[in-house]
Amino acid sequence: MTGGSKPKKTIVPKKNPMPSQDPFLRAKNFNEVALGYTEQAVVAEANRCLQCKNAPCRQGCPVEVDIPAFIGLAAERDFAGAIKKLKEKNALPAVCGRVCPQESQCEKYCTLGKKNEPVAIGRIERYCADWELANGVLPQQVNPPTGKSVAVVGSGPAGLTCAADLAKLGHEVTVFEALHVPGGVLMYGIPEFRLPKKVVQAEINNLKNLGVNIEVNAVVGKFAVVDELLNGGGFDAVFIGTGAGLPYFMNIPGENACGVYSANEFLTRTNLMKAYRFPDADTPIRVGDKVAVLGGGNVAMDAARTALRLGAKESWIVYRRSKNELPARHEEVEHAEEEGVKFAFLTSPTRIIYNSDYWVIAMECLQYKLGEPDASGRRSPVPIPGSEFVMDVDTVVVAIGQGPNPLVPRTTKGLECNKKGNIVADLATGATSKPGVFAGGDVVTGAATVILAMGAGRTAAKAIHAYLNGDS
Amino acid sequence: MYRIVKKELLAPTLNLFEIEAPLVARKALAGQFVILRINGEGERIPLTIADFDRAGGTITCVFQEVGKTTKELGALGEGDFLQDFVGPLGLPSHVENYGSVICVGGGVGVAPVFPIARALKEAGNEVVGIIGARTKELLFWEEKMRSACSELRVTTDDGSYVRKGFVTDLLREAIEEKKNTSLCVAIGPLPMMRAVCSLTREYGLKTIVSLNSIMVDGTGMCGCCRVTVGGETKFACVDGPEFDGHLVDFEEMARRAVIYKPQEQLAVARYVENHGHNCSCSCGGGR
Repeated sequence: MTGGSKPKKTIVPKKNPMPSQDPFLRAKNFNEVALGYTEQAVVAEANRCLQCKNAPCRQGCPVEVDIPAFIGLAAERDFAGAIKKLKEKNALPAVCGRVCPQESQCEKYCTLGKKNEPVAIGRIERYCADWELANGVLPQQVNPPTGKSVAVVGSGPAGLTCAADLAKLGHEVTVFEALHVPGGVLMYGIPEFRLPKKVVQAEINNLKNLGVNIEVNAVVGKFAVVDELLNGGGFDAVFIGTGAGLPYFMNIPGENACGVYSANEFLTRTNLMKAYRFPDADTPIRVGDKVAVLGGGNVAMDAARTALRLGAKESWIVYRRSKNELPARHEEVEHAEEEGVKFAFLTSPTRIIYNSDYWVIAMECLQYKLGEPDASGRRSPVPIPGSEFVMDVDTVVVAIGQGPNPLVPRTTKGLECNKKGNIVADLATGATSKPGVFAGGDVVTGAATVILAMGAGRTAAKAIHAYLNGDS
Repeated sequence: MYRIVKKELLAPTLNLFEIEAPLVARKALAGQFVILRINGEGERIPLTIADFDRAGGTITCVFQEVGKTTKELGALGEGDFLQDFVGPLGLPSHVENYGSVICVGGGVGVAPVFPIARALKEAGNEVVGIIGARTKELLFWEEKMRSACSELRVTTDDGSYVRKGFVTDLLREAIEEKKNTSLCVAIGPLPMMRAVCSLTREYGLKTIVSLNSIMVDGTGMCGCCRVTVGGETKFACVDGPEFDGHLVDFEEMARRAVIYKPQEQLAVARYVENHGHNCSCSCGGGR
């Protein structure tokens, strides 16, 4: 049912539920939490879509997926057609179907969502993408070679999207990745239980099938600087999508004690290096009995849930505002609560206390109350004088945010950056202060979401295409 | 994949590898390091660059078999491949004509100090080299160091070769003799670098040390290698690995270096059980 000529649909008020692993079991394993729709459920969910002519959902999609079209095809069980439609705009649908914050994007604008629950667009997307991965990947159309060559620095969501778009347009693309596998934050940051790594690698293999070259173990700024890629390196343009790979710390005493991790380290050891399989995998990690994760974003939820799976008896989110201000997705908070993660709201540490062997044993914390809204629009945390108390913990994970990785900005002459170290780029084109050099994703905006980075990669790909054609 | 083109056993459990990595060799400079991973289950370990051959496209690394990964690495031979090899990472040594400098290498630290001594000499410095090892059979690269320095002094802790004494004993003598020394570079085990720094502090002699912290990515992303230098937190991987030794918090550094000791012991025991103990270090089958 794709048209409006048929009789008016019956409104189905609620989303078809997503089957998931039992919280008690899953808190002890790294298998994926959300199990995915059955064919019956996906067809039922796709049939909830009203197929609105004006398709308000599309304005919420940073990569401009034709949402009603792919859902319409899914409703007719034409999953091959649905995934083809998705991939016209989205190079990583299996990833996006799992980790996009649909509630604040496409689903936020869903007509059905005004009075009922919106269509579960992300879940349908995931089904279609998984269907393709299970049934064989359909070839995609690639334009004839243009003879132009583009270097993409970083293989996270921004870089991969930019690379896919440029490859489809016929440009030769080489992606340079610093780590030993491509995927960036999709591999090192987002846990296996939310985004299985084989799904990420399957999507990246699809990009290789488009002709994208991927060079791992290649740190731009070290083995070559951006200027060398452009002059003598054989590249006509460069896209920088190096992400937010610089962990912020609290700058409180004791933060370098043993047992204090940045969320990046904690998650990288676990996800990228598979420390949960130690000693079968060589990289170790240490998780004590009581873990405190500082921060309230998605990364903090990932770290707290990871800590439980690594065997922590208690895993706490320590956040200086209240539950209402948590920046994490509602769904992630809910999953964390179901699994037994505990929350210390209106609390923030003032120092980390360690023993004579330099190991963390506790944190001194201060209690907060909510004051007036701050620049972010959320009520600001105000410390309560004299409210110090000691919280016994033996592992601390600092998840208060990340800045742009400085390696490429520091080594690229003439690349303008702001005070925080983010590359200054035109958000409409990704163009930087340096001709032929474009940038997008977290390295420009600061830490945000996978899909926003993908949107920036797409925007830059269009501008790079125009630049290579001499249009600008 | 990165081929091991040459392997040399410098001393029992002390190996030299030349690894084919043309893109790393093209840019490598004294003071920088690489990160390698043996296979798909491997951990990422940093090794300081001991030498590089730009024309031949190889990087030389010297390592002591200590943990599971270095033991496994030591079991590889010429023609074998490493799955991953990335670099050159970290900032290169600051090289200029200071006039007169002293380069101290202790134990395995002789390897990374060699290219620095060479670069300093090429920049016009008078370079006094000081190398030492626990015992004669652990001493290596004496001739190579002699060629890189204006003058080389050698010692062994047990007196089995040249003379008995620590590198710090020779360093004190050299400082007393050469009143005009303006820089000391010291690389070796943490206690040695710490001892060198407390000595040179007495003389107000600026001292650069190279820190081989535990690392994961090596590009500033994880913060595992953080070290307090002059009261500020620095990342050894991107801000270092070389720092002003007089400002380094060695106490913290030493504690952080053994964070994973229980896990390392477990991994070594398992490795030895599965592979036999084929090193000749008389360590009794792993620590």
